[in-house]
Amino acid sequence: MKQKWSHLSTEAKLKWIIVYIFMILLVLLSALPLIYMVSTAFKPLQELFLFPPTFFTKNPTLQNFKQLFSTVQVGTIPMTRYVFNSVFTTAITVFLTVIISSMGAYALEKLKPPGHKWIFKVVIIGLMFVPPVAQIPIYIVMSKLHLLNTYAALILPSLATPMYLFLMKQFMTQIPESIIESARIEGASELRIFFKIVMPVAKPAWCTVIVFAFCAQWNNSGNSIIYITDQSMKTLPYVLSSIGSGSASLMGAQAAAALLTTSVTIIIYTIMQKNVLDTMSYAGIDE
Amino acid sequence: MVKHHKEARSMKKNYSFRYGKTARYITGYAFLLPFLILFLLFIIIPVIWGIVISFTKYDLMTPMQWVGLENYIALFTVDDLFLVALKNTLTFALIAGPIGFLSSFFFAWVIHQLHCRNIFALAFYVPSIMSSLAVSVVWLSMFSSNRTGIINNFLLKVGLIDEAISWTLDPKYIMPLIIVISVWMSMGTGFLTSLAGFSNINEDIYEAGKIDGIRNRFQELFLLTIPQMKPQLFFNGIMSVVNSLNVYDMVTQIAGADSPDNCALTLIGHMYDYGFARFELGYASAISMVMLLVSIVLGQIVKKLFSER
Repeated sequence: MKQKWSHLSTEAKLKWIIVYIFMILLVLLSALPLIYMVSTAFKPLQELFLFPPTFFTKNPTLQNFKQLFSTVQVGTIPMTRYVFNSVFTTAITVFLTVIISSMGAYALEKLKPPGHKWIFKVVIIGLMFVPPVAQIPIYIVMSKLHLLNTYAALILPSLATPMYLFLMKQFMTQIPESIIESARIEGASELRIFFKIVMPVAKPAWCTVIVFAFCAQWNNSGNSIIYITDQSMKTLPYVLSSIGSGSASLMGAQAAAALLTTSVTIIIYTIMQKNVLDTMSYAGIDE
Repeated sequence: MVKHHKEARSMKKNYSFRYGKTARYITGYAFLLPFLILFLLFIIIPVIWGIVISFTKYDLMTPMQWVGLENYIALFTVDDLFLVALKNTLTFALIAGPIGFLSSFFFAWVIHQLHCRNIFALAFYVPSIMSSLAVSVVWLSMFSSNRTGIINNFLLKVGLIDEAISWTLDPKYIMPLIIVISVWMSMGTGFLTSLAGFSNINEDIYEAGKIDGIRNRFQELFLLTIPQMKPQLFFNGIMSVVNSLNVYDMVTQIAGADSPDNCALTLIGHMYDYGFARFELGYASAISMVMLLVSIVLGQIVKKLFSER
């Protein structure tokens, strides 16, 4: 589809230039809230309440970040505790999710035990469930098992996500049976085949699962709204939703918190972008 | 010679013992087990159990009490707020869902043809991986309802409006604002799937298309590309349905927990209210089941549109 620039007619060149200008304007427009967030996070206190309001900051300062970590306490809990809760639960969730969904996907796609087609159909149906539909029964179980207000309550409900199993399985369709079969003949155990042959080939797929699972869990507020009432067990989304309601003077700290939480997900995605695009080309439901 | 043959046979026997079908199936189930247990425990069983609870009265303290269809009858006859929530959720899902779905497909199509594809993709994708609460923080302050808000200030200065608009207080503006934000955030998984899908299409079909008389890129898109991308579109459609029904955080932050005239009350919000504030778990479950039903109906529509059979 892409043709050499020099081969195009003047009219076609003009068309492309218009398309580029339009797209760049759109990108700028869509980036406005992000730029505004960055600029607000670095605004000193007096600029936050200027009238007329300014879009860009004139004297950038780290004051808001300092305020966020030193003086802002949501309730009686220091900010660092929320950071720890988020980092800890996200790390565990992502690690376990990757292992669980890639093992499941390998079994469905290559080992094909009886009933695998049926299991996959149920997983596809699972794709269509809106997560809050399951929250009340899960809440009841968690409360009976005394799991409310534990890290387990933040982690367990996020582990089996149909989409990740689906993406991994679709990606594995391209791994040739022959390399797995020849490894078997050489006497490699299934576990060894899985870790030494399948996982390296499926790297784009599990990198994608890392990105998606990371963003989902890092931004997940549902689990912490419902299964956690103890403030010291809450995660960063809770901070974002509650510091604003305190007082207007915390506007800067709030923007700083928004910037910090957001930049982590953006960095992770940017590092993995190529892998993600490789994987998503297999995401289609053939039915 | 004979010995050699025997050895080979025992090796073969050994091989088929270790890697026979039965052994492989057992490994298969073992590999699937962790996922299946969690999938059953946290998705399938809760959904089925939710159906059961929705026919009962239950508050965690006293034993469950079977009430038949009472909860559902109450939903549609007594509970005015439920009807408002249902209407809001449907309006939102039927507007924001399709717009998000179509625009992510369209922009993926445009970006696929551009140079610096990855930079454009990043710029469009970023809003979707932001925490919806962080998004609300930013948009709330931009659309602040008095003259100090940056948007009001700008519009006043350009002369498009005469007095500041109460973006987040006036029911007339809340839903459109929420829809705009949600479309802005919707260039997510579906956008990436389309983008990746376009680059996987065999270019030969375009050459063949030219010979068959396809004149411009839009004809190419509708006659050649879209039929090839049905599986991706099906997946994206399902994702749009799920995402557009699963709005809660952003809406609650933008409009406030008690939105003016309940103009931003969603089914999830109503369910949380009954479930986790009043502990009427049976009634709250009935609300979730309505939500499940809505997602199934919308999912079937998507399936009709994009399923290949």
